[in-house]
Amino acid sequence: MYFPGPSFERSETPSIIAAAMWTFFHKLGSPPWLYTISGQILRWLLPAALLALVVGMCWGLLFTAPDFRQGNSYRIIYIHVPAAVVALGGYYIMAIAGAISLIWKMKMADIAMLAAAPVGAALTFIALVTGSIWGKPTWGTWWVWDARITSMLILLFLYLGVMALYEAYDNKVAASRACAVLALVGTVNIPIIYKSVDWWYSLHQPASIKFTGGSTIDPSMLYPLLLCIVAFYALFACALMANMRVTILDRERRTGWVRRLVEES
Amino acid sequence: MHPVRRQRLWVVLSIVIFSTAAIGLVVYALRGNINLFYPPIEVASGAAPLDTPIRVGGMVVDGSVKRADDSLEVSFMVTDYQATVPVVYTGILPDLFAEGEGVVASGRLDASGTLQADEVLAKHDENYMPPEVAEALENSAAKGVTP
Repeated sequence: MYFPGPSFERSETPSIIAAAMWTFFHKLGSPPWLYTISGQILRWLLPAALLALVVGMCWGLLFTAPDFRQGNSYRIIYIHVPAAVVALGGYYIMAIAGAISLIWKMKMADIAMLAAAPVGAALTFIALVTGSIWGKPTWGTWWVWDARITSMLILLFLYLGVMALYEAYDNKVAASRACAVLALVGTVNIPIIYKSVDWWYSLHQPASIKFTGGSTIDPSMLYPLLLCIVAFYALFACALMANMRVTILDRERRTGWVRRLVEES
Repeated sequence: MHPVRRQRLWVVLSIVIFSTAAIGLVVYALRGNINLFYPPIEVASGAAPLDTPIRVGGMVVDGSVKRADDSLEVSFMVTDYQATVPVVYTGILPDLFAEGEGVVASGRLDASGTLQADEVLAKHDENYMPPEVAEALENSAAKGVTP
């Protein structure tokens, strides 16, 4: 295996930390290293994520009190909110990976961007469907074209657009460059989704979890929700890495290390 | 950083900045259309068009809900604490419809300024709590203790 060493082009003060960061960054660009390390991470992260999900879901669905107005139907929050939060966060991961792939021409960043798109699309779809199912008994309608819901639908189309755009090109280098530009242009939608309920009159309620000031959700309901959000983030990371590993193997199938891997197994 | 990469970094940053600015301006220009409903103050000031399908949103005024004895017709007042709009609706209201709670009604304003609604949606707020907590809050509010 060949790892390109740290390079200090035009850098005047090469410190040990900078050297370690550059080594890590360069190692990330190495398919065999990324394949091995992601396998090691997945081995403990996937069980941990599933455990957190089971504990969070059981806690939220079985051991919290019903809401004073909505009764039991509010419990869909334990799927809806984590899916929506991670769908938004996942978009930034996709866009940042796209930016790295544009600037440094790093193939692994390219793979990360493409691996994030289907996972993000699935989460956005879950958020839209669960929101719709909750909306019928609560609001009295399945769907309304308010700012939050419409911008969330645009997010789904952005994820699907990145996937479709990649497939539309025969030249995969040009394809990922176009996907990265689309992903970067789409980042404007994320703050719009997040702030839509504050900027405009919408049917969707404002956020209950606040970073500043008190949350307007009772702590007994908030803690299982936070655990579910952490679990969804961890599952997103697992799905992202699993997706990347498949693509790495596919793209590197003619190389020596993949052949050795196949012979060993 | 290598000059070529530095240049590409600037390209990436300008893509993000210029697309954000462009879409931000479009969204700013269309802000009136992005709003799902008119607040009662805009209806009172005449900003909302008459006899055109619109939505009006606000709080249902306490004690304003009147139901007809022989039909599903219901009338109530919607307020944003600055102005009120009377709403008339025939049909089944959502479960969470209640006095003092948020509502979005769609329909047409008639000449008398009443919204003839063909759909009423309950607007849920961002407060989530168990019934005991809500009861405790109510009790302390009744005693004049602020939580």
